[in-house]
Amino acid sequence: MNTDADEIFPHIERWRSERRGVALATVVQTWGSSPRAEGSHLAVNDRGEFVGSVSGGCIEGAVVTEALSAIADGKPRTLEFGVSDEQAWEVGLACGGKVRVFVERLE
Amino acid sequence: MKWALYDRLLAATAAGASAALVTRLGDGSQALYDGTSWQGALVLAPEHQLAVQRMLIADRSGILPETEDLFVRSYARAPRLIVVGAAHISQFLAPMATLAGFDVTVIDPRRAFTAEHRFEGVKLVNAWPDAALEELKLDSTSAVVTLTHDPKLDDPALIAALASPAFYVGALGSTRTHAKRVARLTEAGLADRVKRIHAPIGLNLGGRAPREIAVSILAQVIQVRYQGAAS
Repeated sequence: MNTDADEIFPHIERWRSERRGVALATVVQTWGSSPRAEGSHLAVNDRGEFVGSVSGGCIEGAVVTEALSAIADGKPRTLEFGVSDEQAWEVGLACGGKVRVFVERLE
Repeated sequence: MKWALYDRLLAATAAGASAALVTRLGDGSQALYDGTSWQGALVLAPEHQLAVQRMLIADRSGILPETEDLFVRSYARAPRLIVVGAAHISQFLAPMATLAGFDVTVIDPRRAFTAEHRFEGVKLVNAWPDAALEELKLDSTSAVVTLTHDPKLDDPALIAALASPAFYVGALGSTRTHAKRVARLTEAGLADRVKRIHAPIGLNLGGRAPREIAVSILAQVIQVRYQGAAS
């Protein structure tokens, strides 16, 4: 079951009441041994504070950076991380899986 | 996501309903199904709507089958754990199961057992189990465990649970205690249903302390939820 919504929504509510920019990242597809299932959420505010997870901690940094860009320009984006591509090697998806993450601004 | 759609999603889940959010990854447009109707800028074909509803029932998130870029996020309501008996084991089981994502209710008609200080932050129902279970409307996302050690309380709860589609029914008590229980329930005309009862309750982890038995019960409930009836 994906209950991280219960964990994440209260933080989104608080950030919204503080008039912070908020982005939501969601795992939309996984291949191989990805640590978090499809539907897992990571919420980010415009100060770079985040709750939840989209991996075991390997790609959160890169996702937060993209989330900040999404908060700034309002464009949704789909990110891919896997051991086979350069970017993932840099951010270190150590588990050997592949994961696709959708990032959107709440607006 | 538009705040207006987010608010509807939040309202649906807060009301205890299951909801599904569909996102077209190409442009980020979205549709929300709140259990009764569809909202949002994205309009899905009827066959896609049906496929989304099927994913929601199974609590599955992922790319909608036979599409490339429609992502479905299921927000299914939490499974329920109904604990009959505000016993010592229940004091550990209730918070542990809550942490594990269950919506927990403890039932016991004995006021001394359901005293607030014993179950802080837990939903307590001070009523006879059969009446309370009737009220709770058990469904296929419900698990029922009886922990009172008292047939006067356990039996009516088991009879109600066995008449429901609950995915798990478990009863505390030794093999001998359970044999007597089976005899009583068979007498009551439930011969074909008593096999659904997990007893002795819990996975055999070896521990005997109340908190350890709570872990073994919770582990078995989770196992049965994902794998069907455990041995």
